[in-house]
Amino acid sequence: MYEGVVQDLIDELGRLPGVGPKSAQRIAFHILQSDPVDVRRLAHALNEVKEKVRFCVVCGNVSESERCRVCLDPRRDPAVICVVEEPKDVVAVERTREFRGRYHVLGGAISPIEGVGPDDLRIRELMTRLADGVVTELILATDPNLEGEATATYLARLLKPMGLRVTRLASGLPVGGDLEYADEVTLGRAFEGRRLLDV
Amino acid sequence: MHVAHLSLADFRSYARAEVPLDPGVTAFTGPNGQGKTNLVEAVGYVATLASHRVAGDAPLVRLGAERAVIRASVVRDQRPTLVELELNPGRANRARINRSDNVRPRDVLGLLRTVLFAPEDLALVKGDPGERRRFLDELLVARAPRLAGVRQDYERVLKQRNALLKSAAMARRAGAKAQLSTLDVWDEHLARAGAELLAHRIDLVAALQPLVRSAYEELAPGGGPTRLEYRSSMGEGVPLSGGSVAAARSATEGGGARATGGPLAAALLGAMGAARKQELERGVTLVGPHRDELGLQLGELPAKGYASHGESWSYALALRLASYELLRADGGEPVLILDDVFAELDTRRRERLAELVAGGEQVLVTAAVPEDVPDALAGSRYSVANGEVDRIA
Ligand SMILES: Nc1ncnc2c1ncn2[C@@H]1O[C@H](COP(=O)(O)OP(=O)(O)OP(=O)(O)O)[C@@H](O)[C@H]1O
Ligand SMILES: [Mg+2]
Ligand SMILES: [Zn+2]
Repeated sequence: MYEGVVQDLIDELGRLPGVGPKSAQRIAFHILQSDPVDVRRLAHALNEVKEKVRFCVVCGNVSESERCRVCLDPRRDPAVICVVEEPKDVVAVERTREFRGRYHVLGGAISPIEGVGPDDLRIRELMTRLADGVVTELILATDPNLEGEATATYLARLLKPMGLRVTRLASGLPVGGDLEYADEVTLGRAFEGRRLLDV
Repeated sequence: MHVAHLSLADFRSYARAEVPLDPGVTAFTGPNGQGKTNLVEAVGYVATLASHRVAGDAPLVRLGAERAVIRASVVRDQRPTLVELELNPGRANRARINRSDNVRPRDVLGLLRTVLFAPEDLALVKGDPGERRRFLDELLVARAPRLAGVRQDYERVLKQRNALLKSAAMARRAGAKAQLSTLDVWDEHLARAGAELLAHRIDLVAALQPLVRSAYEELAPGGGPTRLEYRSSMGEGVPLSGGSVAAARSATEGGGARATGGPLAAALLGAMGAARKQELERGVTLVGPHRDELGLQLGELPAKGYASHGESWSYALALRLASYELLRADGGEPVLILDDVFAELDTRRRERLAELVAGGEQVLVTAAVPEDVPDALAGSRYSVANGEVDRIA
């Protein structure tokens, strides 16, 4: 254990995803030895991101205004929605330049182990978006792992009575993987080969 | 196939070890606790990504070291493949194949096949059903590495479903309405992964049946016959005859490579439906391949609880010999590992076993007493003492 503020910093860093106690210690001492200007810039960036960035009220993507760039862009097709787990998946899909519709970010996937059920995801918001009948196709692009598959199955069943075209990204994506790590070519191909989900 | 070179760093008792190996028989001898089993355990790890002695990787890393490294040069059809595994307990392990980093440990499965006989095998006969399920599943993966993924999927769905049942059980007791809107979804996924695993297990048991019977007859003439019985946790009326994979495949939508549909998937869904009330009360999944049993019959009686010590040993050896025959018939002669088994056998069975395995492309034997290695298994000899492995013959 270190004295007061140093330990506080280590504890805070250790709370970040992917940072273990050893890394937290290493980062803390790196910061201690850094130029004060660099540290202030880091602190500023952290504050800014919390103050300025919000979540789009429509799709749940990260945004600097009430609605995100994609939702505001009139050239994007309002009839097609791509459903993803996290904002970082939006970035991954945008990279492919394959998709011209809009998004819906669920904020995770169904996982009883982690205590995440349908009510903890932005599913009610999705249903509200579908109410006016503008949307005719949904692409379920949850991660190609078990939790992502289960979430897709759940949504497909829920949406079935609405008579929409519901598709799931084609495999070719490494099973057990994370959408964000799929390379552009694979992900692009998965979009072309998406299949109708019949449940 | 054979292992031409084994190299260890911080694995078990070895800080470092370099062991060149030849095809044919190699025997490692030396006093107790010197590291003979540790060597063959490393070879087995390359084949199965697991130790035959412990469940986790932590005991495999030398005391005080952070990670262990196993390198094996595996020769198949005269072509060598260099497999490197880095064991990082508590974190992801890493693998390299022919010095390429771009692989997952799972990709290593299938490059080396082994059949390992060890004193622990007695648990196949005398131990819990879990031992026998593991025997079947490991053999499935050795024959078709793709099934490692099916096995993992099943375990994962099972965990998720159990978590859901448990929280639902708690919510019930608290008087709240259970959060079960997703149970049907998990049922469906469990039935799919479960049906595929089950179909492969059923077919495997059918393939093993005659091989186990003849191996037992060789080891203990007149003592059988043996009979394997796959017992489903779904009870009677489940189609358990061979040809299950083909039936499930043709019933699976798209008729693809996977066997996720058909009568077994339907039976699993039905059984979960019937057990739902009980499952909700107890908060666990009560039906599925994770609750099945492989019954081992000897004559009229079950081996477990009835067979003598010697009979149980013969049965365990017969299961391993049958695995060997099966893998051989698939093509790609597996490496045979006999860890300390001869000391446990009487002279006659010792000689029979030696004759049965002597023709293997590579046979690795360990024994504390050199005289315990039968004459039929003459070949290279290494002495193992004080962490040194030296060729003596
Ligand atoms: N992680 C580890 N770090 C250091 N030493 C270890 C580790 N794991 C096991 N050992 C040591 O390795 C030795 C056991 O080696 P091994 O099981 O290979 O013996 P053996 O030569 O097969 O003996 P036996 O003839 O009794 O079967 C033990 O002395 C044990 O303390
Ligand atoms: Mg030993
Ligand atoms: Zn938006």
